[in-house]
Amino acid sequence: MSKTYYDPADLRKFGKISEWNQELGDKFFDYYGKVFEEGTLTAREKSLIALAVAHTEQCPYCIDAYTKDGLQRGITKEEMMEALHVGAAIKSGATLVHGVQMMNKVNKLEM
Amino acid sequence: MGKLKTQSLQKRDSDLANSNRQLEILSNGIFADGELPTFKDKISETNQFPLKAKKLEILQINVGYMCNQVCEHCHVDAGPDRKEIMTRDTMQQILDVIKTTGAHTLDLTGGAPEMNPHFRWFVEEASKVGVKDFIVRSNLTIIRANKKYYDLPDFFKKHNIHVVSSMPHWTRGKTDKQRGEGVFDMSIKALQELNERGYGMPGSDLKLDLVYNPNGAYLPGDQATMEKDFKKALLEDFNIQFHNLFAITNLPIARFLDYLIASENYEDYMHALVDAYNPAAVENVMCTNTLSVSWDGYLFDCDFNQMLALPVNSKSKHISDYKEELLEGRNIVISQHCYGCTAGAGSSCQGVVA
Repeated sequence: MSKTYYDPADLRKFGKISEWNQELGDKFFDYYGKVFEEGTLTAREKSLIALAVAHTEQCPYCIDAYTKDGLQRGITKEEMMEALHVGAAIKSGATLVHGVQMMNKVNKLEM
Repeated sequence: MGKLKTQSLQKRDSDLANSNRQLEILSNGIFADGELPTFKDKISETNQFPLKAKKLEILQINVGYMCNQVCEHCHVDAGPDRKEIMTRDTMQQILDVIKTTGAHTLDLTGGAPEMNPHFRWFVEEASKVGVKDFIVRSNLTIIRANKKYYDLPDFFKKHNIHVVSSMPHWTRGKTDKQRGEGVFDMSIKALQELNERGYGMPGSDLKLDLVYNPNGAYLPGDQATMEKDFKKALLEDFNIQFHNLFAITNLPIARFLDYLIASENYEDYMHALVDAYNPAAVENVMCTNTLSVSWDGYLFDCDFNQMLALPVNSKSKHISDYKEELLEGRNIVISQHCYGCTAGAGSSCQGVVA
């Protein structure tokens, strides 16, 4: 058993998940590939969304994959960081907006 | 221009300046222990071994390794300290060959080809022969490097030269990081001067193409999308136009190999190349229709094999002994660096191939 939970080399083995369930694995990768194709949004825009989500999900594999993907597409580090701040803003906003619930509760309980 | 990015491997006395050492690295490790298939094994899977040369279409001449830049990724290990320069005698032998060959494209590269003292004479003589497409691979900064080169745009125009120039990104930071401080601004100025002469303008016969290659240990993105992004940014920011963008994969040799090893990216990069292997790209890989001539007149399947000192597998080994009938159908000499030309949509000096 590996002594660490994450090994960068495991990212290359992602496709192997199909080996234990070919049908669902194939469906997933077909879907995944389709999602990232050029559509109403450009593949470039999708790459930046994926990078931001990779960070909010704190998935080290996804961070590696979409940082490299961004570089391959000519995305600059400034654009990448800006995308991350969108993710970070939503994360912190999601925390803070619950403050309204806290305030509601305080207002309900206090005389 | 500001300070140079680095020094050539040769100047640094690096053991990677030795092509045998590079070939050893490319054959050992992950390729020797079976983690990755060798290029020979991979193309054998689809019955594409041995790769055979087809009819010659492109004659690529490396007129010398001297360059005013020392780019971090350079597969030639070019730089100001490199003294390998093609003589006029060798150029004359090439001119004799051009008159007899059916190749439609003549492609001058280096180093900075313009730094060869016989460059202009050679261009004048070769253009009289009348090849269909006469390419000079210009690094752009040479045009602004010294007064004696300021007239190059006019010289190119006079001889209807097809200019192919390196431009790693449309931003200053990324360009200078790869090619040296000040390279971006000088390149922009040079491109504007070429545009002023009609180069790269829509509908113009004066062809100006750009070469993009990644700034690090990753593969190039989709060529058509990159071209669109480059065109938009260069037009909006600098009013610059060009015709086509060629996306070229960095091959793991010379200074790029040195970088891959030093940054501990070598294995991941080789995995990325092998994972992206595309048999369709093998069909059209450039060594099958190209011949590379070194500064001292020897013949190679491509400029990369030239740098690895892997000569053609033919009895005709030197331009002075050029025999097209012996070279056609020859077996191409391969090693693991060849994965660089077969990844994704493929890569060649003319961009994607599949």
